[in-house]
Amino acid sequence: MWTIIHKMGSPPWFFRFSGALVRWLLPLTIALLCVGAFWGLLIAPPDFRQGNSYRIIYIHVPAAVVALAGYYVMAFAGAVSLIWRIKMADVTMRAAAPVGAALTAIALFTGAIWGKPTWGAWWVWDARITSMLLLFFLYLGVVALFEAYENKTAAARACAVLSLIGTVNIPIIYKSVDWWYSLHQPASIKFMGESAIDSSMLYPLLLMIAAFYCLFVVAVLLNMRAEVLWRHRESGWIQQLVERA
Amino acid sequence: MHPARKQRLMLVSLVVVLSSAAIGLVAFALRDNINLFYPPADVVAGKAPIDRSIRLGGMVVEGSIERSDTDLDTTFWVTDYEASVAVRYSGILPDLFAEGEGVVVEGMLDKGGALNATQVLAKHDENYMPPEVAAALEGKSGPVQTPQSL
Amino acid sequence: MYFDTLTALWYMDGHGIYVWVAYALTAALLIAMVRLPISRFRRHWGWVEAERRRTSVSSPAETEEKGG
Repeated sequence: MWTIIHKMGSPPWFFRFSGALVRWLLPLTIALLCVGAFWGLLIAPPDFRQGNSYRIIYIHVPAAVVALAGYYVMAFAGAVSLIWRIKMADVTMRAAAPVGAALTAIALFTGAIWGKPTWGAWWVWDARITSMLLLFFLYLGVVALFEAYENKTAAARACAVLSLIGTVNIPIIYKSVDWWYSLHQPASIKFMGESAIDSSMLYPLLLMIAAFYCLFVVAVLLNMRAEVLWRHRESGWIQQLVERA
Repeated sequence: MHPARKQRLMLVSLVVVLSSAAIGLVAFALRDNINLFYPPADVVAGKAPIDRSIRLGGMVVEGSIERSDTDLDTTFWVTDYEASVAVRYSGILPDLFAEGEGVVVEGMLDKGGALNATQVLAKHDENYMPPEVAAALEGKSGPVQTPQSL
Repeated sequence: MYFDTLTALWYMDGHGIYVWVAYALTAALLIAMVRLPISRFRRHWGWVEAERRRTSVSSPAETEEKGG
């Protein structure tokens, strides 16, 4: 664990490692997404109450789940950046923010599209939905704050503090449907006990969640690679790589 | 751990703990506003304001839906199995609106304690299953729909 | 397969428009999520290559100060 983190702190090592990882993870992700979408749209049965509109679950839930998990990745990178002052942690935090924002946006608009035929409204100021909107603004805030500073070290510090404060929002989003009366239904997938979703619908959902996790890793690594390349464009090892290519 | 790092770790933990506490207190103070709706028991007990629009949430009582023959007027009762509130609504109801199902209605209470709804939202639960499984669970003896295939 | 015909798959008992719009927008965002960093990487790579060519023509031995 520590050796991996230590090695991740070395840009040349990260560059080689991430290049190799993305090369096979990206095709795997695309395959998982295609199989999951095909399964969810064409093979899974309709829901007994909602009919076919529930098929939006196969993008809505994975996007939301990974957007929440991605926030922890960003906040953890922020903490590492603050405490250990590792440059690669700044890069990770900066790379995770736009990916998380995009996933949160997907969760929000697919939820709105799903809400219209099932609830009867595009948008309701429900605790779950509002806290999810706050998550979107937190991600955008980190992106904007990073761009606002000329000095990248100061930018990383401000962003790390913002993302750490924002972590409070994650358990609120997760538990909002249990703590307050809300329109949004509670979680269907349960870690303990039987899930409230039939297995014929659950398997494609789990597949899509795995696919979105892989996609998050790929997208963050690609963002990091672009950033590392730019930050180290003058260094010898980048010059060597370009020369060899 | 290096003392400087240790100090920064404490500082980071402090930021997280303090902001959690602050937001927790705000959420606790605003808990009535964060709830999207009042359950019928609170409305009957007079806890809901009568001079402004409120939301009421619960189950539509079985057999309580009465539809007008001439227009879109509908009346039904909403219950949380402790108390029930009558609701009047004129308009198109969502597809998932049905007896025995969850609903959130928005509107003003009248003097008689009934709610004049301006919006009706269907609330569904976390259970997802194919129609034939639902039919089997309900113990319907009718022919079970077999999945069509291409 | 649940759907009998392509029309049934497209129409989805009236919910097709919601489902397909949601999937199309999601696909567009997911593709952008991967394409944007790749094109940024290529741009930076091209910049380094151009810079190497430029410096090797003017002064092969030393690397110059470069602006961001």
